Amino acid sequence: MTCESPSRPTWRSYGTDRRSTRTVRVRLSAVLVTAAVLAVLLVPPLVRLDQQAVDLGARLLPPNWSHPFGTDDLGRDLLLRCVYGLRVSLLVGVVAAFTATVIGTVVGATAGALGGWVDRGVMRVVDTFSSVPHLLLGIFIVALFRPGVWPVVVSVALTHWLSTARIVRAEVLSLRSRPYIDAAVSGGASRWRVAVRHLLPAVLPQAALAAVLMVPHAMWHESALSFLGLGLPTHTASLGTLIQGARGSLLAGQWWPTLFPGLFVIVPTLAIAGLAGAWRERINPRRRSELML
Amino acid sequence: MTSSLPWGAMARLVGRRLLFAAPILLVVTFGVFAIAAASPFDPVKAYAGTAALGADAGTLERLRENLGVDEPFASRWWNWLTSALSGDLGQSAVMRQPVAQVIAERLVWSTLLCAVAFAVAVLAGTALGVLAARRPGSALDRVVTSLAYALEAAPVFWLALLAIWFFALQWGVLPAGGLTDTASEQVTPGQVATHLVLPAGVLAVSQLPWFTLYVRQGVGDALAEDPVRGARARGLSERTVLLGHALRSGLLPVLTLIGSRVPELITGALLVESVFGWPGIAAATVEAATAVDFPLLAALTTLATAAVLLGNLLADLLYGLFDPRVKFSDM
Repeated sequence: MTCESPSRPTWRSYGTDRRSTRTVRVRLSAVLVTAAVLAVLLVPPLVRLDQQAVDLGARLLPPNWSHPFGTDDLGRDLLLRCVYGLRVSLLVGVVAAFTATVIGTVVGATAGALGGWVDRGVMRVVDTFSSVPHLLLGIFIVALFRPGVWPVVVSVALTHWLSTARIVRAEVLSLRSRPYIDAAVSGGASRWRVAVRHLLPAVLPQAALAAVLMVPHAMWHESALSFLGLGLPTHTASLGTLIQGARGSLLAGQWWPTLFPGLFVIVPTLAIAGLAGAWRERINPRRRSELML
Repeated sequence: MTSSLPWGAMARLVGRRLLFAAPILLVVTFGVFAIAAASPFDPVKAYAGTAALGADAGTLERLRENLGVDEPFASRWWNWLTSALSGDLGQSAVMRQPVAQVIAERLVWSTLLCAVAFAVAVLAGTALGVLAARRPGSALDRVVTSLAYALEAAPVFWLALLAIWFFALQWGVLPAGGLTDTASEQVTPGQVATHLVLPAGVLAVSQLPWFTLYVRQGVGDALAEDPVRGARARGLSERTVLLGHALRSGLLPVLTLIGSRVPELITGALLVESVFGWPGIAAATVEAATAVDFPLLAALTTLATAAVLLGNLLADLLYGLFDPRVKFSDM
């Protein structure tokens, strides 16, 4: 440990020579996100194959040339099932994240802009909501309102707006003390005008970033609910439903129906996080890159 | 150190937090009843099960009256609250036991699972984080960091299934689930220990990335600061610098945040216990939800909220103890 080579001192500061790795990572993330979006948008209309097509002669085939991901216990092609599952999961994730961001932005901006007892009351509500574990609250809501897609979307949205509300409120609070807001107010601008012309444009990038980072989180949530058998009905298979449905095959020793849907959760999550990390460095250049997820 | 602990200030903080926790718990239980009242869920049908299909309207009406379903949810909430405070949490339909007994029997297994998993995650996470921070940008650092991000993104139930496939089916070294072997009559420590390895391991792995990445960041930051530079200039060994200086200052912020990890731990336990059939409280929650066993679900939601609040209190206490700049009276 004592013989350090002089060219590589251990106290070298962080992240100076990793520029190129970072660029590669961002580009790779961009390619993967684009590929995932294109796949879920284009495969269903262009590839005229039925993902539900049962072929009992081709049950549980391991990955091969005609079925790159293998087939499941009914002989359905797993690559096609995974793409359709990603489509459902991504759609639920995007809708839930968008809803949560709208709620969070409105609540956070109202609390930050009005201040006083409104702010205190709103933050108390946020504290109360965040003291119930998210998945538990999701399970509770979905259990009472199932089955269907909407209970899942609503339960994910209702548990995910809290962080956005906190971020937006903090941003609005720090903006309120800036001179240009004072100037606008003393210049006679109405509350509404200040909010729409000055506060909103400054807050939107933060809220949009939070929304993008929330999509994988919402996907994760949806797949967990579906895996527990509480989420989406089996005929709209999401990635979580696929993993749940593969449990029988797994216990019989077939690993592929479990492995590939999981990879379809992990890879988009990492790609979105990689892109969002680069974006965050751009809009918050002073804050050094933190943990992405 | 023991004699200088600010017991009085800590007790006052605990007292204040309890005062805040009471209304939060009240609101959460009230919310649980409000959501149930707004949902299409019908307690009478749930109670009667398939018998409700053949029952005549009069029987259902009497059942409805007996169960107190027609009362407004606020008064049902009040009845539940008053009897809960006197120790009666109601009857669990799915477990066919009083709710209090379900919790008493299962809490110990969940606590065991979570405690073991958490301890492993903290120790392994710290070790990996320090290793990665020692040489930022090195091959080891990249491997550890990439692995941590990949594990953070991986659904824990998926990891659990793959672990079962590998360790229980392919390799055959560990049991795939449950608390004891099916043939075994009694719960022996040895049985529990072998059955604990996989669930606790998977839960630990799901908590690991967070610790690893934060310790890496904290130690990495500390390695670039003046105290470490000074220690190196004094000629202290790399080991002393790393463990005595960088780890000490880099680990503290992470340790103080441990209490705030309770929600993630509960989330992980919900999924891990369900996959492995571990007879804990989290698996009971999922069963209660699947069968819409409302008394059990309400009690467990309240319990989980209390656990989260307790974790937050622990985080604040540790923060105040370890960071001399923070005063308990300000929190």
